[in-house]
Amino acid sequence: MVENQPSVNDAALDEGFAETGTKKMNMIQALNSALDVMLGRDDDVLIFGEDVGYFGGVFRVTEGLQKKYGLKRCFDAPLTEGGIIGSAIGMGAYGLRPVPEIQFADYILPAYDQLVSEAARLRYRSGGEFWAPITVRTPYGGGIFGGQTHSQSPEAIFAHVTGLKTVIPSNPYDAKGLLIASIESNDPVVFLEPKRLYNGPFFGRPDEELKTWANSGDPYAEVPLGHYEVPLGKAAILREGREATVLTYGTMVHVAKAGIDDSGVDAELIDLRSIVPLDIDTIVRSVKKTGRCLILHEASRFGGFGGELSALVQERCFDHLRSPIQRICGYDMPYPHAFEWDYFPGPIRLAEALKSAVEYR
Amino acid sequence: MTDTTAPEDRPAPPPGAKPNLPRLELHIPEPPSRPDTEVDFRHVNRGKAGAVRRPDIAEHESNMRDLPYELIRVLDDDHKAVGPWDPKLSPDTLIKGLRAMMLTRAFDDRLFRAHRQGKTSFYMKSTGEEAIAAAQSLALDKGDMFFPTYRASAWLHARNYPLTTMCNQIFSNAEDPLAGKQLPILFSARDYDFYSISGNLGVRFVHAVGWAMASAYKNDTKISLAYVGDGTTAEGDFHEAMTFAAAFRAPAILCVTNNQYAISSFAGFAAPERLPFAAKALAYGFPGLKVDGNDFLAVWGATQWAAERARTNNGPTLIEFYTYRAEGHSTSDDPSRYRPKDEANHWPLGDPVERLKDHLIALGAWDEDKHAALAEELKEKVRVAVKEAEAIGTLGQSKPPIDEMFVDVFEDMDWRLKEQRAELHQLRAARERGGSN
Repeated sequence: MVENQPSVNDAALDEGFAETGTKKMNMIQALNSALDVMLGRDDDVLIFGEDVGYFGGVFRVTEGLQKKYGLKRCFDAPLTEGGIIGSAIGMGAYGLRPVPEIQFADYILPAYDQLVSEAARLRYRSGGEFWAPITVRTPYGGGIFGGQTHSQSPEAIFAHVTGLKTVIPSNPYDAKGLLIASIESNDPVVFLEPKRLYNGPFFGRPDEELKTWANSGDPYAEVPLGHYEVPLGKAAILREGREATVLTYGTMVHVAKAGIDDSGVDAELIDLRSIVPLDIDTIVRSVKKTGRCLILHEASRFGGFGGELSALVQERCFDHLRSPIQRICGYDMPYPHAFEWDYFPGPIRLAEALKSAVEYR
Repeated sequence: MTDTTAPEDRPAPPPGAKPNLPRLELHIPEPPSRPDTEVDFRHVNRGKAGAVRRPDIAEHESNMRDLPYELIRVLDDDHKAVGPWDPKLSPDTLIKGLRAMMLTRAFDDRLFRAHRQGKTSFYMKSTGEEAIAAAQSLALDKGDMFFPTYRASAWLHARNYPLTTMCNQIFSNAEDPLAGKQLPILFSARDYDFYSISGNLGVRFVHAVGWAMASAYKNDTKISLAYVGDGTTAEGDFHEAMTFAAAFRAPAILCVTNNQYAISSFAGFAAPERLPFAAKALAYGFPGLKVDGNDFLAVWGATQWAAERARTNNGPTLIEFYTYRAEGHSTSDDPSRYRPKDEANHWPLGDPVERLKDHLIALGAWDEDKHAALAEELKEKVRVAVKEAEAIGTLGQSKPPIDEMFVDVFEDMDWRLKEQRAELHQLRAARERGGSN
């Protein structure tokens, strides 16, 4: 039923890294494990960013790595996002695989020029002479009462920049496998971590008692200890369905599960996992089968990545569509602190949209 | 320049302005001369050649804070090399340097004309600034990485980069080493330790620091060298690079090529009150040198000092190369619209080619005839290279294979690029069938 079911075989097959078996991990531990594995395997991997060294990062993703691998493998950086990304590009051009952290995706904009004009363009403009295999990790998204500067979902501004890959996991298993694949990629990757999912799945119902990943029953909380990759550009079908397709990623994956359950519609749920590269084949196959497409993301709607998805589906599945494509997104405003749950596109909005889609005549 | 409007002619103060306080005035920097005034270089303090001390390479930064305020010069007015910064180069090396500078000038002149003849879309000359990249190219080691600006092609000429290849890039023709993907003269030449230039200013200053950090991380022996212009020191990237270089003691030589102009804006915008750009290093905690950029020997000597510091884990150095942009910013610029027409002839530190030539003559290693013969030889060499490149094609006459357009966006082409490539091929095939263009 579920495609891309977690498997321990990847880790067992991996020679040169003895750790086998799996463990229940939250997303922070899974990301930490990915970094641990890569620091152990490849001397060219190094980590730096604000507070990531001795302290282990404000979300603890790099905890213990400086102690285990030494100062120069995982260290703090001055508070200059442009400097962090710019120097990482230079390190990449030298031949390293830096994994810089930007403390919140909201803070990445001072580095946007480095990402757009340099990281994304270096290989092309130099005729393949130089490139920057960097992986920029950064927590994104709301649902934590972070206000407008700790809640944003900026994925569309990276997806629009050809030459960058944009990856967004939704569970611990994918987080580790996608992060390893990102670090091993020779293209620059913006790796957006859904901070609302760090400790447990979130179904978009803030009043509900929170589950940890360990007690969630989610099979993707079982994470292999060793090295494995989840390939970039390969979506996961998390629920098969006949009546509609829901396209989503990151935080919204679990909201989508809840919304589908609430709606009673037999919807297919696709977790894109990376928006660049995009798994267009899986999307098209699903929408042609169901005839309806709904797109769910937390970022505000106008000019968001949902617009691109909608256009692609319309271009490729027009004759199969039985209802208008719908986007269920954050509203077009800065993230409003006190009105977080009105802004947030929760399961009720998705459920209503699903019902209207199947009722459309 | 302060507002000269008479008080009675000024508009009424905005509501809320207090009548008992002086009214505020906005200061807008202005250069000392304009096209309709006399050339004024009174602010240029040449100092005395050979007068600035040369500290030990292991000297602590705190004992060198006087250096940014003096101008390091080696060649004196009698064309002799004097003082502690003289790198004491052999005449052969000096002639190599002179040749690189003259080749740069000959190439620039020829290719600038090629632009006027419609053979390329864009060109930028280094005239007046050739000593800097030429000396550094020869002074640094193979494997050290140079993060240049667009006025540093003397680096490539000093290392005998093939002229025809350079022309092919400038013409974006079928043999363009960058496959038609980059604006003319924004070269990339990895085999020549020459990092890819982009059209954005300052961004690569930070890369140079990261590259140097990586070299130190790997316990390598290579160092990096980077340029920004005077205007670009105002960019955040400059300060980001300086902050990183200082914090991690990056083995990097960071240079400000102060040619007095950012297109039409004079250097006083980036350095109010003529504060030396070199002095910006003091706030970051590493040494800053201000060096006569038109003095081949001073450039070499200062570079060597900074390189030795970097190679011995004494960290970065900021060097301001004090020079003058003798020609326009680019083929799209006409400097006579914003500065006196003959300003270049009055630059108090002269012309770098003439000064090195005079020094070699003073040494007895060179003469006017040899100089004229070399100029002729280089002119011919450039002419032949341009002809070769023209035979392949100038802009629009010849192009790299169309598929190149889709290559190197990512390491591997994704479905979008494959689809778009197929679409373009279909369009082109249809056009050919239709017989039109």
